[in-house]
Amino acid sequence: MSNDQTFDTSLHTHPDMAGGISEPEKSNHFVAPYDESVSFDELPDSAPKERFRLSLTGWIGAVIVVFWLLIAVFGSFIAPYGENDLPFPDDYSEFQTPREGALLGTDVQDRDILSRIIYGAGRTIGISFAATVLAYIVGVVLGIGAAISGPKVDMVVSRINDAFLSLPTIMLGLVVVAAVGSSIPVLICTAGLIYATIVFRLARALGMEIMVMDFVEAAKARGEGRWWIITREIWPNAAMPLITDFGLRLIYVILFISSLSFLGLGVQPPLADWGSMVRENLGALQYGESVIPVLAPALAIATLTVAINLVVDDVSAQAGGRLSKRL
Amino acid sequence: MTGLILRRIGIGLITVLAVSIIIFFGTKILPGDAAQIRLGQQATPENVAAMRERLGLDKPYWQQYLTWLKNFVTGDLGISLASDVPITNLIADRYKNTVIVSCLTALIGVPISLMLGITAAMFPGSLYDRVLTFTSVTLVAAPEFFTATLLVLLFVFALDIGNAVVVGSTEGKGFFELISHFALPIATLSFVIASQLIRMSRAAVLNVMSSPYIEMAILKGVPRGRIIFRHALLNAIGPIVNVVALNLAYLVTGVIVVEVYFAYPGLATLIVQGVQSRDFVLIQGLGMIFCLTYVILMLIADIAAFASNPRLRHPK
Repeated sequence: MSNDQTFDTSLHTHPDMAGGISEPEKSNHFVAPYDESVSFDELPDSAPKERFRLSLTGWIGAVIVVFWLLIAVFGSFIAPYGENDLPFPDDYSEFQTPREGALLGTDVQDRDILSRIIYGAGRTIGISFAATVLAYIVGVVLGIGAAISGPKVDMVVSRINDAFLSLPTIMLGLVVVAAVGSSIPVLICTAGLIYATIVFRLARALGMEIMVMDFVEAAKARGEGRWWIITREIWPNAAMPLITDFGLRLIYVILFISSLSFLGLGVQPPLADWGSMVRENLGALQYGESVIPVLAPALAIATLTVAINLVVDDVSAQAGGRLSKRL
Repeated sequence: MTGLILRRIGIGLITVLAVSIIIFFGTKILPGDAAQIRLGQQATPENVAAMRERLGLDKPYWQQYLTWLKNFVTGDLGISLASDVPITNLIADRYKNTVIVSCLTALIGVPISLMLGITAAMFPGSLYDRVLTFTSVTLVAAPEFFTATLLVLLFVFALDIGNAVVVGSTEGKGFFELISHFALPIATLSFVIASQLIRMSRAAVLNVMSSPYIEMAILKGVPRGRIIFRHALLNAIGPIVNVVALNLAYLVTGVIVVEVYFAYPGLATLIVQGVQSRDFVLIQGLGMIFCLTYVILMLIADIAAFASNPRLRHPK
């Protein structure tokens, strides 16, 4: 399993990796003729440099994602009210229909729905993004570690990982929240660690898969250095799958956090979060009063996750299939 | 073959044990003390100590775990901390709703989605196929409560049929009455699993369709329907059963959200209440039930995958 060790034979000097040719061969091997004016990137075995071109659906997805990201970052400047302010302090009727002063109407506690959606964007996206990044750090470190640290360690870590993977994520979430209560750091850590199990599997398999690819072997045989191989051979092949998988993971984490919040076990009131907004305002539907208080946050989550999915689908179609399919 | 299946079941059993350890010790790190919670804050230290002894809480953790596991296997889930009632009694009133909704979803949602997926694979690239693929790609990433809201919007608000809440008892209702009783939860869950099932069954059939023996059948002049149903489908059954089992396992999650959304009593709402009231005896028992269902369905998925693949059945 320790493919890593074979690299050590080729650890001698490889100074030049930003283009240009590496130092001329000193041995008497056959050396392909080259011209100083030819950039290294134009040689046949350099990484393909095609730029991604999104399809129409991909563009639509990208625009929606960027829209929500802007809202998430600049939300507090755009929102017409604070997240717990009442637009009509004198009016005590809940679930008011949209009108001037509250473009999406008011919720179960007379708060402005539009402002809460805007504040909720930052919280939902922020928590999910932080959790996904955590999942990636933990998963990739452990996964690559398991891939290169010998069969025994790999076996133990993988079995423990499998046990956690065989639980429904929402159950793990419920047990943790029951044990330590719900707060934003707990949510980030819980979601991050739960989804690290999946990242672990991908990273481990990816590490093992690419390390033994022919072109990596060829590069090793050619005498390329470890850093060159990682940046020029492995990274171009691992980048797209990893980035698209990050997008997919982000979708699952958003859905997971929103579901927990929807069950009342995620972000706690009075903080605005899309999942808990659906829960708070469910009465509006059940008493047949109004649709917007429930529809708006649900639609916000759906547009965001669907948009990410459209972009991921588009990118992965061009990068040769999703990572999970290749494994 | 049998050896492989037995091996897989063995791994499944080990997984169940690991799961029980995770659930038991996961809830053990709770700050509260079960005896204290049951007796309330006014209890004297002597009473609490007596209660601890009665509940077996004075024994070491591993002994408590073994007793708990033995009781679980024999059907004794313990006594709820929040309501002082045996968990089995709490479950008895509620498990029907959860089981009915899950089974009806499987009965209705699965065949319809498979039919859609397979017919889409019959005409790849057609308008029908593209509309179906696009819809399922879109819906697959949407949360359950979004689908549920759309359905409520359409049926309750626009068409004025039914209620946004499931009310009333299921006592003495026939099959079709049950379907109409739980129409919205079943429809929501069916949509959720359909988006996966359509994509994956379509992919499974298309995958088989690209193999040489199908090309042979096409060149021989076999009609399209016959190719699909006589030649391709038989070889796609394994992957399809795998996908169905995986999606039914997913229902374990979906059913929790749907029960809370449509506000009817079931096992899922019970476990959510358990988490809110920190009733960890309840969480342990119900958590095990949910996880067992999930692990068993995953097991079926795995066995289906290699039972249908001769290359896995007879490894070189």
